[in-house]
Amino acid sequence: MTKHVKITINGKLYESDVEPRLLLTHFIRDIAGLTGTHVGCETSICGACTVLSNGLAVKSCTMFAVQADGSEVVTIEGMAKNGALHPLQESFWEEHGLQCGYCTPGMIMCAHQLLGRNESPNESEIRNALDGNLCRCTGYQNIVKAVQSASGKVRRQQTVAAGD
Amino acid sequence: MKYVGQAIKRKEDPRLISGSSTYVDDIALPGMLHMAVARSIYAHARIKRIDISRATRLPGVHSIVTGEEIASKCGPIPVAGEIPKMKKPVMHLLALGKVIYVGQPIAAVVASDKYIARDAADLIEIEYEPLPAVTNPEKALQPGSPVIHEQYSDNQAYTFGFETGNTEEAFKTADVVVKERFINQRLAPISMETRGAVATMQMPENELVIWSSTQIPHLLKTQLAVMVGVPENRARVITPEVGGGFGSKLNVYAEEGLVAYLAMKTGHPVKWIEGRRENIASTIHGRDQINDVELALKKDGTILGMRAKVVADIGAYYQLLTAIIPQLTGLLAPGAYRVPAFKFDLVSAFTNKMATDAYRGAGRPEATYLIERIMDVAAQKLKLDPAEIRRKNFPKPSEFPFQTSGGVVYDSANYEAALDKALNIADYAGLRRKQAEMRKQGKYMGIGLSSYVEICAMGPSVAMPAGGWESATVRIDPTAKVTVLTGASPHGQGQETSFAQIIADQFGITMEDVFVQHGDTARIPYGIGTFGSRATAVGGTAMYNAGQKLREKMQKLAGHILQVNPEKIVFEDGKIIAKDGSGKSMGFGEVVTQAYIARQLPPGMEPGLEATNFFEPSNFTFPFGTHVCVVQIDEETGEPKITKYVAVDDCGNVINPLLVEGQVHGGIVQGIAQALYEEVVYDENGQLLTGSLMDYALPRAHDLPMFELDRTVTPSPVNPLGVKGVGEAGTIGSTPAVVNAIVDALSPLGITHVDMPVRAEKVWKILKGRKAS
Repeated sequence: MTKHVKITINGKLYESDVEPRLLLTHFIRDIAGLTGTHVGCETSICGACTVLSNGLAVKSCTMFAVQADGSEVVTIEGMAKNGALHPLQESFWEEHGLQCGYCTPGMIMCAHQLLGRNESPNESEIRNALDGNLCRCTGYQNIVKAVQSASGKVRRQQTVAAGD
Repeated sequence: MKYVGQAIKRKEDPRLISGSSTYVDDIALPGMLHMAVARSIYAHARIKRIDISRATRLPGVHSIVTGEEIASKCGPIPVAGEIPKMKKPVMHLLALGKVIYVGQPIAAVVASDKYIARDAADLIEIEYEPLPAVTNPEKALQPGSPVIHEQYSDNQAYTFGFETGNTEEAFKTADVVVKERFINQRLAPISMETRGAVATMQMPENELVIWSSTQIPHLLKTQLAVMVGVPENRARVITPEVGGGFGSKLNVYAEEGLVAYLAMKTGHPVKWIEGRRENIASTIHGRDQINDVELALKKDGTILGMRAKVVADIGAYYQLLTAIIPQLTGLLAPGAYRVPAFKFDLVSAFTNKMATDAYRGAGRPEATYLIERIMDVAAQKLKLDPAEIRRKNFPKPSEFPFQTSGGVVYDSANYEAALDKALNIADYAGLRRKQAEMRKQGKYMGIGLSSYVEICAMGPSVAMPAGGWESATVRIDPTAKVTVLTGASPHGQGQETSFAQIIADQFGITMEDVFVQHGDTARIPYGIGTFGSRATAVGGTAMYNAGQKLREKMQKLAGHILQVNPEKIVFEDGKIIAKDGSGKSMGFGEVVTQAYIARQLPPGMEPGLEATNFFEPSNFTFPFGTHVCVVQIDEETGEPKITKYVAVDDCGNVINPLLVEGQVHGGIVQGIAQALYEEVVYDENGQLLTGSLMDYALPRAHDLPMFELDRTVTPSPVNPLGVKGVGEAGTIGSTPAVVNAIVDALSPLGITHVDMPVRAEKVWKILKGRKAS
C-alpha cells in the first residue's frame, strides 16, 4: 500500500516508497532529513510548516507527500545561496524578527511568496499576508519590520541585476 | 562599556534563520521508537476496562503500558509548591481506575513509527463509566457537588489569606466604596513548539539521557531520576532548542516520565512529540480566577483599603507550581499604590479541567488586572481622571524600598515618571479632546491606562518552592576563549547574546570570544532555570559574580608578573593595563596563558581560570511602567480596534535594548490576547470546546497595531547589574490597559465593566441593547 514519489527539494531529488497518508512535512523532515520545516498545529492554522511547492507557499502539514509527487519544493534550507543569506533571513536577524525561532522558517517562506507578488508591500499588506502564520514571541512588530526591510533589499538587488 | 546597553544582533539567530537548529523533534537516534498516548475523552469517569489486544497485534507495536504498571514502577507527578493544610491528591503518570479531566493520559504505546504509534493508541479500547463532572469552581465548592478526589469530602484544595492593617476600619471610614467582580479567564500558553521529549539509556554507564523541551533542565533531571528510580548521577537532561515556553515548560509532565520509563523498559530510544490538540488539553493552563474586589477611598481618590476575595480554579490536580500561583496574586494585588489596609482571601477549587500553573505573568497579571480595573471603577465613580487617581496614590521615589500591604518590599521605582512619560508620548490631553469630539459624533473611542508593577527575578529562596538562586561558571581556556555555563535555560529570550555582552565588557574582549552554553545537566553546574523574569537578574548576576572572581585573580596574577598594584589594573581592548602611570601592560591572552603555565603564579594562587558562583538574591525585583491603550469601537460590528498603544516600561538597567523591546512586544500581545481573544472553554460536562487552534483564538499579525515603546531607567539595588527583568512586563501591563480603554469607550452607555475576552460580539450586544432601549 505504498506509492513511489519523487520530490525535488531545494534542487535535489528525493524519492521514496511512502504510505499515501504520509504528510509532505514528514517527507521533508524524516525522509529528506531537512528539519528546518517545523510542525506547530496539524490544522494548517499556525503556518510553521510553510514551504514553497512549485513556487507557491503551502502548509506542508496539510498536504500529502503523494500530492507533491513531481513537484519542486523549497524549504528554509534552500533560501541561502552560496553561503549568503537571503535578504529575508538577513532582515529577520537585523530587525530581531524572531525569538524562539520555531515559527521563523514558515514566516520567511510565506514572506518570500509575498515579496514575489508585491515588491514593496505596505504594513497592512504584510500583516494580511502573514495572517496564516502565528508567532507567539514577537508580537509580529519586528517581523513586519523585517519584511519591510527585506523588500527594500530585494528591490535594490533587482535594480543592480537589471543594471548589469 | 562597549557592548552593554547596545542593540546587538543575536548570536542565536544564524542557526534559527537557516533551519539548522535542533529542536527536540529534530533528534533521531538509531532504533528509536515513537510514543503515543491514549487519553481520556471524559472529564470524570471510572475506567471499567482497558483492552489493548487489538493495539498490541498491530505490526510495529513494541509495548503498551497502562496505569497499574506505571503506578508500581514510577513515582507520581511532583508537586513543589505546597501550602499548609492543602489537600494533596497523588497523580500518577497514567490514570489509575478513574479519570478526572479530558486529555488525561490512560495508556502509552511505543511503536516503530509515529503513525503506527498513533494508530495503536486509537485501537486501545477503553470502557468508561461516566460520572457527573464539575467545571465551575464556585459550584465545585458547594455542598452536593461531585467530588473529584473521593478520598476527600469536598473539592476545596486549600485556602490562603492574610490581612495587613485594619480593613474593617478603612471601609467604615471611607467616603466611597466601589466593588466589582472580575473574571480572569482560563488561557492556554501555546508555545509554537509543543512539548516533546526523547529518552535513551546510554551505554556503557547506563546513563539515562533525556532531551526535553523544558525551561528547567536541572529540576527535571532530579525529578525524573526520582520518578523512574535512576541514581541522579546517572541521569542527564539536555534541552535542545526550545520553541517557546511561557511558563508551560516550567514543569515536570507525565509524558517525560513515560518516555524515560519506556526507554529503560524497551532498551530503545523513545520519542514523544505532543500534538497541538494534546497541547491544549494536557499542557498546563493559566489564570482562571474569580476576583471580588472592594476598594475604600476618600472623596479625593486616596485609597484607604482594599479587600480581594479570590476563587481560583486550579483544575483537576496539581502540576509543579499549581498551588502557589494564585498566592502571587495576593502579594501583588496592591499594585503600584499605597494601600494602607489590605485583606486577601483565596480559596482554590479542584474542577474537572486541566491543571493551571505558571503562564507568562503567573498570578501577577491577575493582581494587576484586579487593581488596575478597580482603580478605573473608582475613578469613574469619583469622576476623577484615571491618570490623576493613580498619581495620587503612588508612593514617592524617596519611599523606596517600599513595604507593601501585600507583604513584599518593592526595591526601587519612580511610578510617576513612567506615567508622565507615557502620557506625554501618547499626547493624553490631546486624546481626551479627540475623545470628547468623537463622543459628540456618537462614536466610541476609549483611552485606557495601566500603571503596573510586577514581581520579577524569582527570587529569594525563602520565597521559592525549590531554590531561587542561580548558578554560573565562567571558564577562560588557555587560548583565551571564554565559556560561560549558565543554569538559566533561555528558550528564545536571547541570553546567549546578552550574557556574552556582559562578559565581553567585564574582560575587555570581543563578544566573538565568548560562548554561552546552557541546558545540559552534564556540562552545566546545577541550576534552576528560566522563568519568572529571572534569567538576567539572577542568572546573569551569578555569571557576573563568577566573572568578577576571575577578574580579581587575573589582576593579582598580572600585578605579580608586572610588579604593579593589582587594584590599578584594568581590562581594555584585549589588554590588561596598569593605570598607575607605569605604562605597563600585558595582553589578555598572555595573562590567561600564565594562569595555565603556572610558573609565575603569586604564592598560594591556584592554577587555571575557572570560577563558579551560586547567586542568592536578597529580594525580588519590581519592574514597573505605564501603558496607554486607545481603542476605537466599530459601531456596526462591535469590534474593538486598538488604534494606538504606548508602553513605557522600567526594567532597570538594559543590557540589550533590542531584546528588551522584543520581550515587551511579545508580552503586550499576549496581554492583548487575553483582553480581546483568548479563552479556554470547557462545557458543563468538562468537554474541551477550544481544543485546537481553529477554536482557540491566537492573535494574528493583522489584529495588531505598531507599538510605541519607551523606557525609564531605575536600576535595581538587588543585584550588581541593576537589572530587573522584562519577560513578563508586557503581559502584566497590557491586559488592563486594553479593557480599561474599552470600558472607557462604552462608559457613556453607563458601562462600568466588561469581562474578558472582549470580543466583538460582546460589545455588539451592548451597543444593540442600547439601541433597543
